Amino acid sequence: MNILEQAGEAAKGAAQGVLKKAIELAPDSWLPGGRPDPLIHHQHGHVGKPMSRIDGPLKVKGAARFSAEFPLVGMTYAAVAFSTIAKGRIATLDIKAAAEAPGVVLVMTHLNAPPMKPTPLFMTHSKAAGGDNLAVMQDDRIHWNGQPVAVVLAETQEQADHAKSLIRVEYEAEPATTSLAAAKAQGTGPGQFMGEPLKLEIGDAEARLVEAPHKISATYRTPRQNHNAIEPHAAMLVWNGEELRVHDSSQGVAHTAWSLAKIFDIDEKQVNVTSPYVGGGFGSKCLWQHQVLGAAAAKLAARPVRIALSREGVFRVVGGRSLTEQHVAIGAQPDGRFTSIIHTGVTVMTRHNAFPEPFIVATRSGYAADNFKLDVEVAYIDMVANTFMRAPGEAVGTFGLECAIDELAEELGMDPIELRIRNEPEKDPTEGTPFSSRHIVEAYRAGAERFGWSQRTAPGMRREGEWLVGMGCATGTYPYYRMPGGAARITLTRDGRATVAVAAHEMGMGTATVNMSIAAERLGLPLDHVSIEYGDSTLPGVILAGGSQQTASIGASVIAAQRVLVTELLKLAGNDSPLAGLGADQVGGYDAGLAKLDEPERHESYASILSRAGRDEVVAQASAPPPLELQHWSMHSYSAIFCEVRVNAVTGETRVSRVLGSFDCGRILNPKTAASQFRGGIIMGLGLALMEETEFDERNGRIMNASLADYHVPVHLDVPPIEVIWTDIPDPHTPMGAHGVGEIGITGTGAAVANAVYNATGKRIRDLPLTLDKLM
Amino acid sequence: MSIIVNGSATPLPPDPRVSLLDLLREHLKLTGTKKGCNQGACGACTVLLDGERVVSCLTLAVQAEGRAVTTVEGLAQSDKLHPLQQAFIDRDGFQCGYCTPGQICSAIGMAAELERGVPSHVTGDLTAGTIAASREELAERMSGNLCRCGAHNGIIDAIAATFISKEAAQPYRPDGPEMAA
Amino acid sequence: MTPFQYSRATSAAEAVQSAGLEAAKYLGGGTNLVDLMRETIERPAVLVDVTGLSANIDEREGGLLIGAAVRNTALAEHRVVRERYPVLARAILAGASAQIRNMATVGGNILQRTRCAYFYDDEGSRCNKRTPGQGCDALDGFNRMHAILGTSPACVATHPSDMCVALAALDATVHLEGRQGRRTLALTDLHRLPGDHPEIETVLEPGELITAVELPPLTMASTYRKVRDRASYAFALVSVAAALRVEDGAVKAVRLALGGVAHKPWRAWKAEAALKDGPVTAEAFRAAAEAELADAAPLRDNAFKIELAKRTMVSVLGELAGEAA
Ligand SMILES: Cc1cc2nc3c(=O)[nH]c(=O)nc-3n(C[C@H](O)[C@H](O)[C@H](O)COP(=O)(O)OP(=O)(O)OC[C@H]3O[C@@H](n4cnc5c(N)ncnc54)[C@H](O)[C@@H]3O)c2cc1C
Ligand code: SF4
Ligand code: FES
Ligand code: FES
Repeated sequence: MNILEQAGEAAKGAAQGVLKKAIELAPDSWLPGGRPDPLIHHQHGHVGKPMSRIDGPLKVKGAARFSAEFPLVGMTYAAVAFSTIAKGRIATLDIKAAAEAPGVVLVMTHLNAPPMKPTPLFMTHSKAAGGDNLAVMQDDRIHWNGQPVAVVLAETQEQADHAKSLIRVEYEAEPATTSLAAAKAQGTGPGQFMGEPLKLEIGDAEARLVEAPHKISATYRTPRQNHNAIEPHAAMLVWNGEELRVHDSSQGVAHTAWSLAKIFDIDEKQVNVTSPYVGGGFGSKCLWQHQVLGAAAAKLAARPVRIALSREGVFRVVGGRSLTEQHVAIGAQPDGRFTSIIHTGVTVMTRHNAFPEPFIVATRSGYAADNFKLDVEVAYIDMVANTFMRAPGEAVGTFGLECAIDELAEELGMDPIELRIRNEPEKDPTEGTPFSSRHIVEAYRAGAERFGWSQRTAPGMRREGEWLVGMGCATGTYPYYRMPGGAARITLTRDGRATVAVAAHEMGMGTATVNMSIAAERLGLPLDHVSIEYGDSTLPGVILAGGSQQTASIGASVIAAQRVLVTELLKLAGNDSPLAGLGADQVGGYDAGLAKLDEPERHESYASILSRAGRDEVVAQASAPPPLELQHWSMHSYSAIFCEVRVNAVTGETRVSRVLGSFDCGRILNPKTAASQFRGGIIMGLGLALMEETEFDERNGRIMNASLADYHVPVHLDVPPIEVIWTDIPDPHTPMGAHGVGEIGITGTGAAVANAVYNATGKRIRDLPLTLDKLM
Repeated sequence: MSIIVNGSATPLPPDPRVSLLDLLREHLKLTGTKKGCNQGACGACTVLLDGERVVSCLTLAVQAEGRAVTTVEGLAQSDKLHPLQQAFIDRDGFQCGYCTPGQICSAIGMAAELERGVPSHVTGDLTAGTIAASREELAERMSGNLCRCGAHNGIIDAIAATFISKEAAQPYRPDGPEMAA
Repeated sequence: MTPFQYSRATSAAEAVQSAGLEAAKYLGGGTNLVDLMRETIERPAVLVDVTGLSANIDEREGGLLIGAAVRNTALAEHRVVRERYPVLARAILAGASAQIRNMATVGGNILQRTRCAYFYDDEGSRCNKRTPGQGCDALDGFNRMHAILGTSPACVATHPSDMCVALAALDATVHLEGRQGRRTLALTDLHRLPGDHPEIETVLEPGELITAVELPPLTMASTYRKVRDRASYAFALVSVAAALRVEDGAVKAVRLALGGVAHKPWRAWKAEAALKDGPVTAEAFRAAAEAELADAAPLRDNAFKIELAKRTMVSVLGELAGEAA
């Protein structure tokens, strides 16, 4: 195996060590980003211009079909019964009344479910999509309160729901661990994330902290949260012989197809998952038990199945963000320079998943210091497997870190922005790698000016009637990722039209829109000559809509495919072309054809090349190179979040009255949709700050606010006008110069709100959410 | 024994358990109206019943007998979008689009309520004949429609631009300060 | 949802007759009942739709007679309500969402059931209200939203209505029609405290229909304040309905009711007695609030409600006193 292959394989399994070795030996030229993407320098094309969503008309007309909206002939409707104990076994199962109820086609339990292999757990394989590694409905074991114990299929949803309510289950409960205290008492283990330990010690952070003339040491808590996309999880499944067809609401179609194939022990190619529209995902729309149960029931009943989880069902079956208990300590010199950063603590997860909420990741590269101690310990609880939720790690980790910095600034008598700038690192403080593109100081300066930061008063000093007013800020950060496995296919036809096909997803990020404009620009075609195919597992690539990496991944894939296309076109063009003699790296897409990059007059149109060659179309497919740029540089999106709050002195109610996000996220590809992504993240951050908490009853492990009436997310009146600005400085080491924009908005927002609340009231709340009882 | 859906008479479902929402989605295949909670807690299923906004998930179809239902599919005039639908596109009033039909139907019902002078929780003077449609008024009145993608600003802007005035919306200038630092 | 038969009543008498069965239920806007039926917490065999009955709002002897089928929005936007009973308009507008207010009826709003999460969790939790004698999982569970006044060891749930808090403060009476004939009741006597039988929530006879609500005249300034966990579309943690008339620097008349604190809309009789004819000062307001909440009993998560209720009462009274001054 050569280095390249080795690196590719390693990247797939996320075995970072091998990757690191490969990078040391690698020649710079094939590093993606070793040579900047030429598109970065296009200033007058489609990229960078605000563009309305291409799926807009369909969505505003209600004509975009989501997963539960594909009618299938002979379809049955599913209803799911959930366990009511956290651990033990099913003792008796009475399904008689349900089976006899009108319209019932099937009652499936562990007694008659077809054999299925355990679910491939996320990150154990490049295509694994499961939230846990349990086998679904294969025995009488109960692993969490809310686990599916029976599925009813009926001719109508009303009939299925009614029959489900007639099922009686008795359990033999076993002692379960359902409280944080009990879980901690049983001992914690080290957390691991993406194949690396969530533990890092540099120097002697504890000793330096003791010596430090200024310090902060405090504990911050963040609760469980749920994604609560407004579209509940749903899938339509049908078997044609041994082939499984799935309409899903998915942020990983290829992953889901592969994983379902493993579970049903068939070939990956026998499963086709499509998901043209996703009604919000935020990390939740991967593979959970409902798709598996739907497929199993469809098989058993030999009928198509629609399984649409109720809102309660989503809470029971789909994991959310886990809780954290973070200890943050920072030691500083009198001039504010940090000597020591400690960020340690506990999160909980289940024994069946591999995702400890990695709340220290932002701290690894946030600030300069010589001594670090970072550690995520894991305690185990019997609950539905927790999972990624928008900015896993950073969303809650920045709450601890950025509140602590605000507290330290107060202690030092220093402006918190100044304190941050004073600790701006020159290179990644824990990895030692250079930053690919970091302009957080510029973002702070621009944001502070626009927001009117200089108007901020001392804590508790501004009052308007019953309302105390305050300002706060915090830094947000989220890594640039590009997961291995990206691939794309470009089909160019003689009439000068191109179709780009890639197994990516549109969950509202604007993926389809921005990639159409990127492809058009790369190929030198007008927008209406380019179309994008996505959301189908049969298309090239294994691309997850997660980690804010889709656009980079698609970008790198299209670059690779275009190179193949250009090579092929140059071959077809032959010696009679103005392009004769040029290599693939010398030409680019220009004016509906190819042209020499530095001599655009040497041009031949696609139509002319293809007709001369007698071809109707050229198809080029290629995989993106492994993401070695990640090993070379420390790569992140950044933000400075500013917020103004009003806290009622009588009741403790908090209202956020103003927010400004100042972002440094590389080149902004579509200002219109990027602004929406930023705002959307910030708004979810307002929810995290003020109201969101999944109420997990520690007596029996049951989620008690499994509804949108009881689990509060921000409503319109909670959301002030949010201003967003950005540096727009391209990162020369990424495709298009772009960084991810989907998750950065939520990071830092929780701390910005808490810091503003402190500035308004003089009360420091270290425990999310900031409900009024904590402020009275 | 029928319901008028977007102008066409539709028979009542035989099973009185069928909600208006499921009648639309499952029986009539009008899937534009969305189901986000089936509990009255999200507003995704909002439709207009005789012109008034209601949540169709908590309305039994039989309760709508003899009444006129307008769904998102009934708003556009042949090929031409309703001005509010166009404004949602222009102001980027959605991301995933799942809450969108409910937001749009709700806003149309809301505009009629405002016109009629119905006060809201944030209205200062309850006896005022006309109510100034401030941003706060619009936000309160739209609070029955959740959006998890966080398109709130664009939604209120689209509504303000359509029903109040272009000035009532936040400026959306591609070359303005929002677009470059 | 359990199968049921649906019928529409065209008169109160017909409704009462059709609901002769134990397992019958009246259907208003359905915003609470349909939800609970879907959760199989309510399983009526017959639904009698009463939204076709009186939806009139008539002025009567200086007050108002409001048909039980009047929708919440229609009541809140009514000119007389806005001018003379702002506390009622504001209470209604603080509840639920515009869509739900367009559907909800006066009768249904009064008889809506608690939002206690354990009550709603038919499959997984114990609840004396749902299944008498089963036990109450809220007692030692999540009870931040629960009651602090008038609770019993059997049940600590709250009545979730905002409108009813205003009605309680307004001395509203409820007009009823049943198999035994017609009667009226003070709204404050309609709902019960949980005692040993939280499953019995009102003093209504089986099958008794609410036909109207009557408001006596009000000659005081009035308002409603609701404190909740988000800016809108959330149930009250605490709410206060208040009406006040100040004459010669003293409290001439006062009405106070609290929401979110008890199994019923809580008329604050003790506070009213403490305030009557007394001074219009923050201290007097505070003392009255203390008197009302003297017997409050906190649970694991809701002790803050005691102080919150007191502060909100003081603030609302202060606001009305300022208006009166
Ligand atoms: C998401 C959500 C949020 C909400 N938030 C709030 C809030 O913040 N504040 C608030 O106050 N409320 C809130 N509500 C509750 C709402 O106000 C009630 O559901 C509504 O008022 C009930 O009225 P209805 O006509 O729909 O009643 P229905 O659901 O039709 O009936 C409720 C009960 O009343 C009985 N009934 C109805 N009419 C009569 C009659 N004439 N005589 C005798 N019995 C009758 C029914 O049999 C049933 O038992 C909320 C509801 C939801 C779904
Ligand atoms: S508080 Fe009342 S309603 Fe809630 S669980 Fe206990 S008994 Fe049931
Ligand atoms: S689906 Fe009707 S309100 Fe959520
Ligand atoms: S656009 Fe996705 S929920 Fe509103």
